[in-house]
Amino acid sequence: MSNQPQPTDSLKDIHDIRQIMERSSRFISLSGLSGIAAGVCALVASWFAYDWISEYYNRYNAIGHYEAEEFAKLKWNLMLMAGAVLVVALTSSFYFTWRKAKQDRQPIWNLAGRRLMWNMLVPLISGGLFILAMLQYNVWGFVAPACLIFYGLALVNASKYTVSDIRYLGYLEILLGLANMQYIGYGLYFWAFGFGVLHIVYGMMMWWKYERTN
Amino acid sequence: MKNPITGLNKAFESRIRLGVMSILMVNEEVNFNDLKQMLEVTDGNLATHLVNLEENGYIKVHKGFVGKKTNTTYSVTKSGEKAFTDHITALENMIKGVK
Repeated sequence: MSNQPQPTDSLKDIHDIRQIMERSSRFISLSGLSGIAAGVCALVASWFAYDWISEYYNRYNAIGHYEAEEFAKLKWNLMLMAGAVLVVALTSSFYFTWRKAKQDRQPIWNLAGRRLMWNMLVPLISGGLFILAMLQYNVWGFVAPACLIFYGLALVNASKYTVSDIRYLGYLEILLGLANMQYIGYGLYFWAFGFGVLHIVYGMMMWWKYERTN
Repeated sequence: MKNPITGLNKAFESRIRLGVMSILMVNEEVNFNDLKQMLEVTDGNLATHLVNLEENGYIKVHKGFVGKKTNTTYSVTKSGEKAFTDHITALENMIKGVK
């Protein structure tokens, strides 16, 4: 054995350096199953919302005039469900990502994880407060487009700190939100497609690409 | 500091020091605990290597507070950045040399 560094050592060094750079700057344990879970939650919620809204309009047509009480009931039901679906979707997404982080033997709350969380939360919380204010002024038509656009921006921003694939999901959500602006009144369909279908498709693609072999 | 034959930097012969530099090259500022977690090393071991890198002028130490707890963060210096890129170039040259 000589003391001179060997080329094979160099290769290993470069490999280690690259790996540690990647691991320290990006949160790689995002699970595709998280996307699928969130998508399923969104589709179930859209189904209920669709049902309640049609029921409301059926009754509206039967009565023949606007009833403040009926409308208030629908509004509260929808808002409660929105809150519930947010909690369920977040919990299930966290669960699958936590599970993957454990498999990767990576702490979920590491530097990259915290940075990802923060960069995602800034646009999301701004969007959430913005939408609540719209509801305060009874502007319903823009709720779905605003959800899609702010969520898309959050994903584009977060993609710098995790697998870069989610950037394209972000672009799609933004485009969908902007398209929805030209079809106000069809928000539920756009919302269900963006948060339901796209999440499921994306989750499957991510799972296929990164987790299938494990 | 440099090995005259290969151009490799002696300071980066230790895997821990190489790891610290790799992390600091892609992250602006990293605290002690995060470094420890990512490199999977003990406090004392990491501290020794950090002192070594600081003495070489490759990293900067910032002592701060989060609440009442001390929060020491580290970042790479200009000369540290140069030393690290030179080291990588030397590694690459060695690999190319065999082909």
